[in-house]
Amino acid sequence: MTTQEALFQYILRIGDTNLILGQRLSEWTGHGPFLEEDLALTNITLDITGAAKSFLEYAAKVEDKGRSEDDLAFLRNDRQFFNAQITELPNGDYARTIARQVLVDCFDYYFYQELSKSNDETLAGIAQKSLKEVTYHLRHTSAWLERFGDGTEESHNKVQLALNELWQYTNELFEMNEVDELLIKEGIAVDLNLVKTKWEKHISELVEKSTLTIPQNVFMQTGSRKGIHTEHLAFILAEMQALPRIYPDAKW
Amino acid sequence: MKTAEDIFTLLSEIPDPEIPVISIIELGVIRNIEIINDSTISLKITPTYSGCPAMKQIEDDVRKKLSENGFTTIDIKTIFSPPWTTDWITPAAKEKLRKYGIAPPENSTEDKSWLTGKDKNIACPRCKSLNTKLISQFGSTACKALYQCQDCQEPFDYFKCI
Repeated sequence: MTTQEALFQYILRIGDTNLILGQRLSEWTGHGPFLEEDLALTNITLDITGAAKSFLEYAAKVEDKGRSEDDLAFLRNDRQFFNAQITELPNGDYARTIARQVLVDCFDYYFYQELSKSNDETLAGIAQKSLKEVTYHLRHTSAWLERFGDGTEESHNKVQLALNELWQYTNELFEMNEVDELLIKEGIAVDLNLVKTKWEKHISELVEKSTLTIPQNVFMQTGSRKGIHTEHLAFILAEMQALPRIYPDAKW
Repeated sequence: MKTAEDIFTLLSEIPDPEIPVISIIELGVIRNIEIINDSTISLKITPTYSGCPAMKQIEDDVRKKLSENGFTTIDIKTIFSPPWTTDWITPAAKEKLRKYGIAPPENSTEDKSWLTGKDKNIACPRCKSLNTKLISQFGSTACKALYQCQDCQEPFDYFKCI
């Protein structure tokens, strides 16, 4: 594997994770629990989708085969996507959406901090930009986790159930393969073990503050680094890609 | 041949698509202008927020303005580093924002509230009271938070610091 091939894979992974999460979250637009929260989550969605565009644009440039970011987003099949599985899972109720968002925001927060120091100037630039945005996201979703956890018995139970079911998808975020190995040597990629230590500390403090508990001895899902996904990804792609696939010349 | 200063003056005529009281120059998104010759120009712009829908509009407006002024080859590059900060909004533009009803951003070097998680007191743009309350970190656009004045009851946008 050349550095160029590894870099393409690496950016695709980050871009896809943002793209699929943004697409999933956009389902809440117009359906939020109340107006201000609808706006807030829509704004978060917009930032995440914007980051996806920046990353995929760069991936297309690195690949250098004449594909655009739209080609990458709309003309690949499920097995060619490398987003973390947690992002493709259905939103569920608001407690579940928030629980997932806290887990991912916290990952992004520490991941972008490290990526900001990358030798790759474009990746570092996008990371610096996204870090400012994610700081707001994490603050917002953390406040919600605490409100749900320390709220009523029902909100507590719902968010605890969400954590219990989502936890099995968290280890995937930190998996590294030959792509990471090669790019860490070049000073481009982030050592995800570093991110994991910080993430675990932050999440366990936040979960405790929210009067919740982290599930123990959970079987960890894996697969997205190889393009293996849950059954939900193909459905989300079918919806997201329908228009450009039916009308390949459509412009907007 | 036009100078970079001429181009700045020209682009100052383009209003921000979402907050039309300030220009895109005052907003600070135009980062570099390189005039190659009378018909060729190269610009660097930086997004305020990654997903800001106004960026495409700004780029289109810049293209239109430049082509009306004799440029035929217009190269616009988006750059991410250094990331845009509200500190680049000029003091005069901040005053315009306040008059328009949007509480302007504090200097981000002074305002660490987004890091510490503590809400800071934002002055109501209508009655200047500091007795205001954060309603939501996310307002009508990505760059704004929603506040309400506890004295005059006016809900207002705060252009948040990044």
